[in-house]
Amino acid sequence: MDTSMLLFVVIGLFAGVLGAILGIGGGMIITPILTIMMGLDIKYAIGASIISVIATSSGATIAYLKDDMLNLRVAMFLEIATTVGAIMGALLVGLFSSTFLYVLFGFFLLYSTYNMIRKLMSKKGETVFTGSDKAVEKLRLADSYYDKAEKKQVDYSMKNVPGGFIMMWAAGLASGLLGIGSGAFKVIAMDTIMKMPLKPSSATSNLMMGVTAAASATVYFFNGSIRPDIAGPLAIGVLAGATIGARLMQVLKPKVIRMIFVPIILYMGVQMVLKGFGVSF
Amino acid sequence: MKKEEMRDVELIIGKILRIGVVVSAIVIILGIVLYFVNGGGGYSDGEWPQRFGVMFQGVAQGKSYAVIMLGIFLLILTPVLRVVVSIYAFAKERDVLYVYITTAVLIILIFAMVFGYHG
Repeated sequence: MDTSMLLFVVIGLFAGVLGAILGIGGGMIITPILTIMMGLDIKYAIGASIISVIATSSGATIAYLKDDMLNLRVAMFLEIATTVGAIMGALLVGLFSSTFLYVLFGFFLLYSTYNMIRKLMSKKGETVFTGSDKAVEKLRLADSYYDKAEKKQVDYSMKNVPGGFIMMWAAGLASGLLGIGSGAFKVIAMDTIMKMPLKPSSATSNLMMGVTAAASATVYFFNGSIRPDIAGPLAIGVLAGATIGARLMQVLKPKVIRMIFVPIILYMGVQMVLKGFGVSF
Repeated sequence: MKKEEMRDVELIIGKILRIGVVVSAIVIILGIVLYFVNGGGGYSDGEWPQRFGVMFQGVAQGKSYAVIMLGIFLLILTPVLRVVVSIYAFAKERDVLYVYITTAVLIILIFAMVFGYHG
């Protein structure tokens, strides 16, 4: 019992560092560790991982706001899509076949993996989109950030705002319907669809995923899924990890972050497709 | 809105968020310390507070699990705090469009949270 508390702090630390760097919730890291390695009931694992998502988000966002890494307007604008999607998902549970949804979103992740590998292989490297776009101007979404790895200020714009908005809505819908986190989908919506640079995409996803998770966290808090002896020490570890991760991410090269991101979405994609076909791990 | 004004917005939100996170972390750590001091969670096996009434009663009695749950609940509130402060910060910068957008996010979020308490 007492030693396992220490273990939860350590697991949290690891998940927090990775989650903050990539802009993903870490549920896909924490849930398997708690269920498979520690033999915990899935109900408590999900409750603990939703708290970890919030801890990652709030811990990392402090640093990303201070260092001007995230895009607050993009976050708030797209947050409407995700939260509406999440509520619709929660209300519509049972109307859709979860098999179909798991396979659909799983294949989407696999397709995104392919896209990201292509981007990694491309000789042009990480290009920054600076063109003009009507929706971007109207919503004043263009911004800039300081890249500590490349030691330069990067001005960026984006495009395909409606596409990103729809993707965010679908990500919210999936998280509501399937009870999965949607951090990876958020990063993909901004990075791949809207052509935002990877670093602000990850930082902005960090900010958004906390708001999305808070919307569903009360459900878990009041239905007894959140165990204080697990979620408490885990949250402390995650907060510390996310604080470290948010600083580490800024000095990493975008290409390195993408190289960590690729195997993780590949793993998630395979996991979701298999789950759709009834194989869970 | 100019870039410098956006910086002010971000810095205000960052400061308040930091306070929220530090407070919830301190409460959780306090609860964990109480667990070791009291030699247990303060409830019978497999039980912990899941409603406000029980939780606050337990906090008043210095029960470890009640204090940890309070800290976790405060942590759940930090993203809400972030949205509330964003509305104030955008209003301060007279960015009307984003005051509307952020208010919409807050309303949806509160709706979802209340739904969670009753559902």
